[in-house]
Amino acid sequence: MSLYRDEGVVLRTQKLGEADRIVTILTRRSGRVRAAAKGIRKTKSRFGARLEPFTHVDLQLYERRSLDLITQAETLRPYGERLVFDYPRYTAGTAMLETAEKLTPIEKEPALRQFLLVIGGLRTLVEGGHDPRLVLDAYFLRSLAIAGYAPSLEECARCGERTGRAFAIAAGGMVCGSCRPPGSASPAEATVGLMIALLRGDWARADSSEPRHRLECSGLVAAYLQWHLEHGIRSLKHVEREAPSERSGRPRDEVGRGVSEEPSATVEFEREAAGFGREAPERAASFHGMTLNNDHE
Amino acid sequence: MYEGVVQNLIDELGRLPGVGPKSAQRIAFHLLAADPADVTRLTEALREVKDKVRFCSVCGNVAEAEQCRICRDARRDTHVICVVEEPKDVVAIEKTREFRGRYHVLGGAISPIEGVGPDDLRIRELMQRLADGEVTELILATDPNLEGEATATYLARLVKPMGLTVTRLASGLPVGGDLEYADEVTLGRAFEGRRLLDV
Repeated sequence: MSLYRDEGVVLRTQKLGEADRIVTILTRRSGRVRAAAKGIRKTKSRFGARLEPFTHVDLQLYERRSLDLITQAETLRPYGERLVFDYPRYTAGTAMLETAEKLTPIEKEPALRQFLLVIGGLRTLVEGGHDPRLVLDAYFLRSLAIAGYAPSLEECARCGERTGRAFAIAAGGMVCGSCRPPGSASPAEATVGLMIALLRGDWARADSSEPRHRLECSGLVAAYLQWHLEHGIRSLKHVEREAPSERSGRPRDEVGRGVSEEPSATVEFEREAAGFGREAPERAASFHGMTLNNDHE
Repeated sequence: MYEGVVQNLIDELGRLPGVGPKSAQRIAFHLLAADPADVTRLTEALREVKDKVRFCSVCGNVAEAEQCRICRDARRDTHVICVVEEPKDVVAIEKTREFRGRYHVLGGAISPIEGVGPDDLRIRELMQRLADGEVTELILATDPNLEGEATATYLARLVKPMGLTVTRLASGLPVGGDLEYADEVTLGRAFEGRRLLDV
């Protein structure tokens, strides 16, 4: 039983008793933590909006036998405050948080890469440079890769031949004609190209993709994710697609409002570490090189 | 474990929100020791609430008739609708005596992570109320948390083409609080919504 300090992203809150909440946080050092925030629902609570979902917070917690207790919280970045005024981005963000929770099933098991990926994903959503559904699909593919479920997209998932033409979820990605199980999907070549681009962080290619290929890509990625999680992602059916005209030419400040975002060196590093940098041509050749070699602190 | 009806009562009380097994046991023994008339009054109140109370067909507030007291009141302003999440929010706003318009209770807030989307709320009923053009202002009084803000954003976007004035309740510092304990988001909003002090 002791005090400890960590930083994390608030994934979810649930009401507890009269005025408390259970807050689920994906932390940098301790993985997913569930902790109680006493009196948070009272108007005069000193926590205020610091423990709302999407907020990146610096926390002090008191370790207890069952639920830990949040004793102090300081906002590092209030991503929710900027996402909530843009409905398609907000819904994409909630699907991201729900997936992060499902991909960290064991409490207090360190999950630094997942933490960095969520931070990178939320920053990219807030910046507003890309279609939110593309950002969400990129997050899904990369979080699955970190969890060990990266789909095989450039060679047959079964025999390793470079002639994959069908997508079989149970087989683990693209399969060749001879390995193709019944019921496999036959996505367009551009759709597979988009999935590869999202996995690698090739945003120039992803941003120039056609709506029909984005739609097909989202369907395949969602099915692949839910098959591996063995759970449905409830937020997914509420994720709204942004109309193409909404995105083009929108200045960054119009996406959210209020809180200024000065990128610090640390955050820039983390965004790159999470593979959400705008362009990453020099690292595009290896997704693993980009995201998985950054578990140093 | 107690026998028969006593244990049944403890089990039933234990199903209420916020009532744990110890509290359920304490309430059960309080009822056993209480005056029979008090217990009869309680059982009558419980029976009546289920028999008589329903939801207002217009606004969704709790009512004892087809329409609630506020929707039946001809003195209320029919041009302004205040949208809230729950019936208890209506009571909170009524206590202020500041608002003379009518209400619309959504029955919750959009929370994709809990599987609650726009179709699960009384948004369709709200759009039907707005269709006749009598309403000129819509006040969005959903909770000032993430789900409430997202619901307000969704509704504002939905009714924008109808040409209504859409307002949102102000957010800021609680009266009687200390500035140093305010979080950045709340303080930021208080600055955004600052007003001219005309003395």
